[in-house]
Amino acid sequence: MLFGFEWDLSSPAAYAASILPILLIGMWVTIQATVIGFIVALVLGLVWAVLKAAPFRIISWPATVMTEFIRDTPLLVQLFFLYYVLPEYGIVLPAFMTGTLALGIQYSAYTSEVYRAGIEAVAKDQHEAARALNLTPARTFTHIVVPQAVPRIVPAMGNYLVSIMKDVPVLSVVTVLEMLNVAKIVGDRTFNYLVPLSMVGGLYLVMTLVASAGVRLLDGWLPKQGIPLK
Amino acid sequence: MNDPIIKFDKVIKRFGDLTVLDELDFEVGRGEKVSIIGPSGSGKSTVLRILMTLEGIEGGVVTVNGEPLWHEEGPDGLRPASEAHLHKMRTQLGMVFQQFNLFPHMTVLRNITEAPVKVLGLSKAEAKGRAEELLELVGLADQAQKYPHQLSGGQQQRVGIARALAMRPNVLLFDEPTSALDPELVGEVLNVIGRLAEEHDLTMLLVTHEMRFAREISDRVCFFDQGRIREEGTPEELFTDPKEDRTREFLKAVLD
Repeated sequence: MLFGFEWDLSSPAAYAASILPILLIGMWVTIQATVIGFIVALVLGLVWAVLKAAPFRIISWPATVMTEFIRDTPLLVQLFFLYYVLPEYGIVLPAFMTGTLALGIQYSAYTSEVYRAGIEAVAKDQHEAARALNLTPARTFTHIVVPQAVPRIVPAMGNYLVSIMKDVPVLSVVTVLEMLNVAKIVGDRTFNYLVPLSMVGGLYLVMTLVASAGVRLLDGWLPKQGIPLK
Repeated sequence: MNDPIIKFDKVIKRFGDLTVLDELDFEVGRGEKVSIIGPSGSGKSTVLRILMTLEGIEGGVVTVNGEPLWHEEGPDGLRPASEAHLHKMRTQLGMVFQQFNLFPHMTVLRNITEAPVKVLGLSKAEAKGRAEELLELVGLADQAQKYPHQLSGGQQQRVGIARALAMRPNVLLFDEPTSALDPELVGEVLNVIGRLAEEHDLTMLLVTHEMRFAREISDRVCFFDQGRIREEGTPEELFTDPKEDRTREFLKAVLD
């Protein structure tokens, strides 16, 4: 019994049906971790991108070093660091929050590059045209650069959304009860791993397909009249 | 020339080790139509880009309407211009780019009204009225709701001209406006520029490789070579009786 659900081991089909509700609870945790981690990655990534683009090296340099450091160290190391080291300094966060934060921080290093590339891909001549028309730098950014950068950014961000989703099981090592962890516990209790782990694979496939379709839908809906997308 | 609207006084422009403008002296009178011709890399476009404040200068003084462009009067002489000063000075100038540089995510109408509304503070209705007049002028009255990519290169460049005119500049700069166009589209753009030159007292500065056109519309033609004006004169003088060997060589090469 787990979360008050009993399992039925009379046949593989009955077993699968009986543990589906438990796995769905785990899946809901996975989805929450994905969404929160993605939001953290989007927001923090934008912060990095802006800092890295700063005209002063005293700002841009530390941001570059930090993102490089984050990108070049494993997610698991960062996760352990947040989970085991921070409490030594009195910062105790729930496992779920620590995990999503680690995910978001890791991926912010990648999303910052997507923002940077998207913004830099807006041709120099667009900036010159805006300057010749006397538009202010702020107005140029919000009305000339951003609308042309967004359609370039969305597909890449969609890929990271799926990647984050697939990295959520890493959080199981700090006791987060996401879907894989739940399946493993069920397996431990029943000595049958085949059915729960196969179901995790299947459910993951459904989630990633839905997420990808969502991104494609958003991408198709975005106006990109004549913006050279390369 | 008394009271020139544009004046370059010993202007130096360098890109790294390369001196693009070498103590250039150059003047344009009010309402004058001046064509700049010369080989690539002679600094022709740089003159326009400096005027549009897209490139700074390393030495000398540029004045527009009697006021220094890249400098401001300070307590002890001239000092480098602030962004606010450049912003103010830019209102007198407009530019038409070789690659049109239209905003691809905006309709033709929005391309033309964006700056008048946001920079000059016109109401949307006023800006729209002004844009429609200008589209009429460049022969594109029926294309206002299209996006740039739906237009031919020649049409895009005519929108570019309308967009620059919508800011009511005193000086309009044309940076090789037909160089990026297919040959059969060059004519429609030159027609528009030619009509502007005839009907408006706008000061026009045109960098071009279209020699016959330069000859038709210009009051004066300047031949640039190696960062200086090698020779200048009326189109008649320059094209039929060039004094300098270098000018003769260049004209022979491009006219054949």
